[in-house]
Amino acid sequence: MSELLEVTDLTVHFRTEAGEVEAVDHADLEVRKGEVVGLVGESGSGKSVTSFAVLRLIRRPGQVKSGVIRFNGVDLATLSEEQMRRIRGGKIAMISQSPRTALNPVISVGRQIARLFELHDGASAAQARRRTIEMLTLVGIPDPERRAQQYAHQLSGGMCQRVMIAMALATSPELLIADEPTTGLDVSIAARILDLLRDLGERTGTAILLITHDLAVVAEVCDRVAVMHAGQVVESAPVRTLFREPAHPYTQALVKSIPRVDREVAMEPIPGSVPSLLDPPAGCRYAGRCDRVLPICRIERPVPVRITADHSVACHAWSGPREPAR
Amino acid sequence: MPVPVPAAPVSSRAAQRALNWRRIRRNRLSFAALCVIALIALAAIFAPWVAPHLPDATDAAAALQGPSWRHPLGTDLYGRDQLSRIIFAARVDLSVSFGATLSAVALGALLGAAIGYRGGWIDNVGMRAVDAVMAFPAFVLAMGITAAMGNSVLNVAIAIAITQVPGYLRLIRGEMLRVREMEYADAARTVGNPPWRIVVVHLLPNCIPPLIVQATLSMGYALLTMAALSFIGLGIQPPQSEWGVMTAEGANQIVTGEWWLFLFPGMAIMVSVLAFNLVGDGLRDLLDPRMRGIR
Amino acid sequence: MNPLVEVRDLRMHFPIRGLDALAARLRGEAPTVVRAVDGVSFDIAAGETLALVGESGCGKSTVARCILRLLSPTSGSIRYDGTDIAALDEQAVKPLRRSIQMVYQDPTASLNPRLSARRTVEEPLLLHTRLGAAERRARVEEVMHEVGLGSDLLDRYPHELSGGQRQRVNIARAIATRPRFVVLDEPTSALDVSLRSRAILLLESLRERYGLAYLFISHDLATVKYLARRVAVMYLGKIVEVAQTRELFAAPRHPYTRALISAIPVPDPDARRDRFVLAGEIPSPTDAPSGCSLRGRCPLAQPVCAEPVPLREVAPGRWIACHLA
Repeated sequence: MSELLEVTDLTVHFRTEAGEVEAVDHADLEVRKGEVVGLVGESGSGKSVTSFAVLRLIRRPGQVKSGVIRFNGVDLATLSEEQMRRIRGGKIAMISQSPRTALNPVISVGRQIARLFELHDGASAAQARRRTIEMLTLVGIPDPERRAQQYAHQLSGGMCQRVMIAMALATSPELLIADEPTTGLDVSIAARILDLLRDLGERTGTAILLITHDLAVVAEVCDRVAVMHAGQVVESAPVRTLFREPAHPYTQALVKSIPRVDREVAMEPIPGSVPSLLDPPAGCRYAGRCDRVLPICRIERPVPVRITADHSVACHAWSGPREPAR
Repeated sequence: MPVPVPAAPVSSRAAQRALNWRRIRRNRLSFAALCVIALIALAAIFAPWVAPHLPDATDAAAALQGPSWRHPLGTDLYGRDQLSRIIFAARVDLSVSFGATLSAVALGALLGAAIGYRGGWIDNVGMRAVDAVMAFPAFVLAMGITAAMGNSVLNVAIAIAITQVPGYLRLIRGEMLRVREMEYADAARTVGNPPWRIVVVHLLPNCIPPLIVQATLSMGYALLTMAALSFIGLGIQPPQSEWGVMTAEGANQIVTGEWWLFLFPGMAIMVSVLAFNLVGDGLRDLLDPRMRGIR
Repeated sequence: MNPLVEVRDLRMHFPIRGLDALAARLRGEAPTVVRAVDGVSFDIAAGETLALVGESGCGKSTVARCILRLLSPTSGSIRYDGTDIAALDEQAVKPLRRSIQMVYQDPTASLNPRLSARRTVEEPLLLHTRLGAAERRARVEEVMHEVGLGSDLLDRYPHELSGGQRQRVNIARAIATRPRFVVLDEPTSALDVSLRSRAILLLESLRERYGLAYLFISHDLATVKYLARRVAVMYLGKIVEVAQTRELFAAPRHPYTRALISAIPVPDPDARRDRFVLAGEIPSPTDAPSGCSLRGRCPLAQPVCAEPVPLREVAPGRWIACHLA
């Protein structure tokens, strides 16, 4: 089993005027070749910061306090900035929400994609144009020759997101980080973007790290899921296991708090609220909201334990099988 | 790609105030400039007690003497103590620059808010009027108005204010255009606010921050304009004490070597304008990130 | 018993301006108006929740703004408690604002950043009631408690509150004057999925306690299912289906409704995903096809669909605008 991306013990702090914000706390994350991994959590849980750390984009006032990030076995911290730049957009690509604002408004979308081919692959103008059209077709944009000449403001939100995906995949990256790609899009458009991502992942062999606050999105697309709460990764499991046998109280509460159309169940909001990351509580950060809290939870941070080869949880109240994960 | 700094709401009012103080003090240059202005203002207010002599006290025997213990900044043609004159002149200079700027701000803001909120043909007509006024170089306009109205402190203040109004009008109108599209403007309507209340209570306060910065910078400019007018013989006339007048008088004496008559009033102008500018810069730094609401 | 809110044939047309439009008009081509709302009718009884769902460009937010008289409808009637408010001027509308309120979508943008929570919630009381300052204070605290916000948050400014708290301030402001009818414009869309349940439960409990009628506007069908008794689906300015919520989800009949429901992500990895897919994307309101507005995207289209399609009541309380249903 080859790990494409291995994040171990990542801690990121931000020095703000109000104090030190402990955005990510000893997080572990794995993405294997070709798989789709979901990173789920509420706003402020540290999921986006984790993805920026992977791309080594954390700058002042942010600071990576601990942790190792290995991509294809190579510790990214050992690379020079030049080498890292080749990886960003090359081997690891990223798309985020608000695709329209991420596109350059004064250059046609076709040109923006073509430039990538010229830059990264040394393609000629004609070759770049041909590959651009191929790319646009791949992401399902009808009438690609005409669309390539249009500008970002002439395209709908869904189309812009497809263009972003095309740009991200143009360099045949091994890992695509998608940060809330469907937030803000209409339901039917979002569904199709998700289908597209899943399809493309299978077809091109690109692994995808999908960041979202919506568990339902995760259920649609992902193979494995990691759940974050207040900067800590509390559980990670294959998607079926996560929904059928969630081990962490937060995961269970999360599933129960979602309005659903497929079942007749009452919704239960998660009690309490996310603790402030400015002066976070010691120990497990979910302790203040947890229905299974033990005295040790407020003192010691739970270390992730492996339940099975693929399923690990960080919870003192877990009473099932345990083998230390590290 | 800028990494968004995670928001962490500050826990209490006390913490917020401490935060603000730290910010103000961090910008040391601006803080120092603010202290300088405060000092000058205090000196102006308490002039009769601070100044060593009466500003108009002539002493023919002591005329045209350089800096000495008795007259730290020297004396002029009539034996008047320069230091005292400069301190008393601060009253005129500061009050005119404050007064002119404040009235320009008030008038410009009100008109700009009204025009910006209504839009339509009022906006068109108003902006063309503003364009017309702004077509004149501000100083030329000030000269013209002062010459037409006559030379007095009040007329100078009015002239300066008039040249500044279009700038503020435009500024506030621009902000108003932005702010009236905000959802809270709609919410204010839904709740039942009449239009005047929407503008005054909800929209105007949100247009103010850029105004404050501009106003502090303008005070410096107002001071400069007034001094320049006096220098060329318009506006305030000698023997009144005003930095520009004094600088003009001093200019006449340079050839005969009495450098102190020109230098010190000129420095007073320079220091004050510099201080205003630094405070304005500092204010901009202070207000900007908060305006963007990064929390 | 007459419904509290009766909307009949509401239309809101925005004229298109600009040189391009002028040129097109001179050539005799393009339409001169955007038909944002094109003949919408519905009733809401006192204490009832009607959901208005649809995607961007369908006109649901415009309907809300017309009802709240932030816009003057082009034509049609809006009866509130018997009075037609569609054609009233601002002065006449003002007293009604005590009774008709709105919760806005973006909790951050809809709160004045310079007013504390207390002043924001107090304002409607200031404008519509004759309560003295002390009574207003008491009432503000009461309302804040009802929405689950402690008194210590009263003096905070919006940037010092979390997203969920801001939304609750929004709700508090809307119910401060004890309105009878509240329009909820996507009240949960800006919240994380896990926070939506709390907001929905709060809205539902307020509705029960005060007998409020809601017009719940949303594109999130999952939340609609929990809050609304009846649902009206909009597409390109027209209503295409109306039904009881349960029925709509169990057996949607209009192709657009079917597509919408099948697109909702379900938090169950094993759920079958046969999507009912519509081709293409939602056209701009200026490019709406003639006849049935779904023509060109609908997989079931037949020649008859080129004819304009009325909204018909096919069963008691069940309305559909489709030739084939």
